[in-house]
Amino acid sequence: MNESITFQYKISGDDFTRAGEASSDVKNKLKMMGVDNNVIRKTAIAMYEGEINMVIHADGGDITVDISDDEIKIVLADQGPGIKDVVKAMQAGFSTAPEEVRALGFGAGMGLPNMKKYSDEMQIETELGVGTTVTMLIHM
Amino acid sequence: MNKFIRSVRLDEDACRGCINCIKHCPTQAIRVHNGKAHITDKFCIDCGRCIRYCPHHAKIPDYDSLNVINNFKYTVALPAPSLYAQYNNLTNVDIVLNALLKLGFDDVFEVSAAAELVSEASRAYIEAHEEEAPFISTACPSIVRLVRVKFPSLIPKLLPFKPPVEVAAEIARKRAMEKTGLASEDIGIIFISPCPSKVSYVKAPLGIKKSQIDNVVAIKEVYPLLLPHMTHDENSLTPLSASGRIGIGWGNSGGEAAGIITDSYLAADGIVNVLRVLEGLEDEKIHGLKFIELNACNGGCVGGVLTVENAYVAESKTKRILRYLPVTQSHLDSYPDVRVKWDSLVEYEPVFRLGSTFKESLHMMKTVEELTKRFPGLDCGSCGAPTCQALAEDIVRGEATVNDCTYVLRDYINRLSDEIELLANAVNENGQSDESLKTLQENIGRLSVELEELFHSTF
Repeated sequence: MNESITFQYKISGDDFTRAGEASSDVKNKLKMMGVDNNVIRKTAIAMYEGEINMVIHADGGDITVDISDDEIKIVLADQGPGIKDVVKAMQAGFSTAPEEVRALGFGAGMGLPNMKKYSDEMQIETELGVGTTVTMLIHM
Repeated sequence: MNKFIRSVRLDEDACRGCINCIKHCPTQAIRVHNGKAHITDKFCIDCGRCIRYCPHHAKIPDYDSLNVINNFKYTVALPAPSLYAQYNNLTNVDIVLNALLKLGFDDVFEVSAAAELVSEASRAYIEAHEEEAPFISTACPSIVRLVRVKFPSLIPKLLPFKPPVEVAAEIARKRAMEKTGLASEDIGIIFISPCPSKVSYVKAPLGIKKSQIDNVVAIKEVYPLLLPHMTHDENSLTPLSASGRIGIGWGNSGGEAAGIITDSYLAADGIVNVLRVLEGLEDEKIHGLKFIELNACNGGCVGGVLTVENAYVAESKTKRILRYLPVTQSHLDSYPDVRVKWDSLVEYEPVFRLGSTFKESLHMMKTVEELTKRFPGLDCGSCGAPTCQALAEDIVRGEATVNDCTYVLRDYINRLSDEIELLANAVNENGQSDESLKTLQENIGRLSVELEELFHSTF
């Protein structure tokens, strides 16, 4: 059986300055495990975008990262408002981020498109008023 | 050749085994074992922070004594621009350059003049490779060493140019050989440096195979010796300086970027700030810039540990010197033979990797996670490692044991003492029968062996 390792993070919803701590931690751990640089880069960027999304739209949530021989699986689960129109949300540049968030340089509408671009597989489960779970796979 | 040379050593008598240096090391390269701070060479990037933070002055920077000028038939001084920033009211750098000759050097070549050549080459390179920008400055050896061990994906972003002092050394050596007809080994090229990081650079250069610098002496040693030779009678000075605002400005953080002549840059100084910028670049959180200037020391080279003046005062003194200077005085056309570009590659050194294969590393990482949960998470440093996680990593690397944690140890001792108490009570209650005496003896024997082992493994 393939051995795997799991890391879990609780993302707080009210603090922009802390967004990125979880992806940074995963990145350092992947480096210590000798994972390919390109895989690390993809994981770090995809996860960072997911983390930021959780802070902007969903008041935080939980991230679970599973690392095994053949893939990295990132599950981002929140109890936020849900995504109204997933197809639209996947379009580059489409954003529902509030003005004060955009003023900080976030909310450019590249979150989900970048998550898709940097992961090898991505799945979104969302329900209005209940929450969203995004699962990303990055192949080793 | 050893790739991991460092230029800080420990004064064992002065080291008290406190935790100041382990807490401030940006790469967690230091551990206190048996009451003394030990640096792991391959983790050290020579940033000099431990020298700065050690309250007992037990971290000694390596540099050469000025006596090295007696080892050569002909010597050329390479003053760093930060040398000028040490002096009050200096408006003409020729005062310093002439004083260097009076001190015993046969010639001088300013690092700031070479810096102008590097600036010119960098401008052209960045313009020609705009789609690959941003480029990261490589003048500070600690930055290149940090990127090579921690940021593999940023290695292609390193600006592939020699640091100005190396370019200065090449020009100075060639010039001296032509002027004197002496062999290369009779000529001493001596850098007057603000930091010990350049000492390691000379022994284990980055981006080139061999450095042309022979010795590195400290600004703090040369500074007072120059004072009696400095004259303010400007008519008696030989004009020697060939650098302008761009070259001399390199001593301050932001100075190198000013030489790129773009608004599209950031300049970060101080190794902790530098780490944040590199993280941001790696995650593409920082983008849209052409040039990233990074200096390990606060304020830039003027903040080096071998300087005497306060970094921020020195920064303002540099600005005063620049006030009446032309933008630049040295140009690449005047040095057709000089090669500014790196001639070898900088390669990723995965020194922080836990195991030799992914499988092994994954397994070790799992143990690290389990161990970290066992520790109190106070990052108190009493075990000699900077954080609980670092101790866990040391344990899986076979360099420490769980009992190095004083909290784990305390619990263990508590448990043993509880057991002894139980045994003592048992003796009081039914110490008469032979069988219970035998059990007691066995248990007391076992406890004493355990205590003995514990004592030897921890003290």
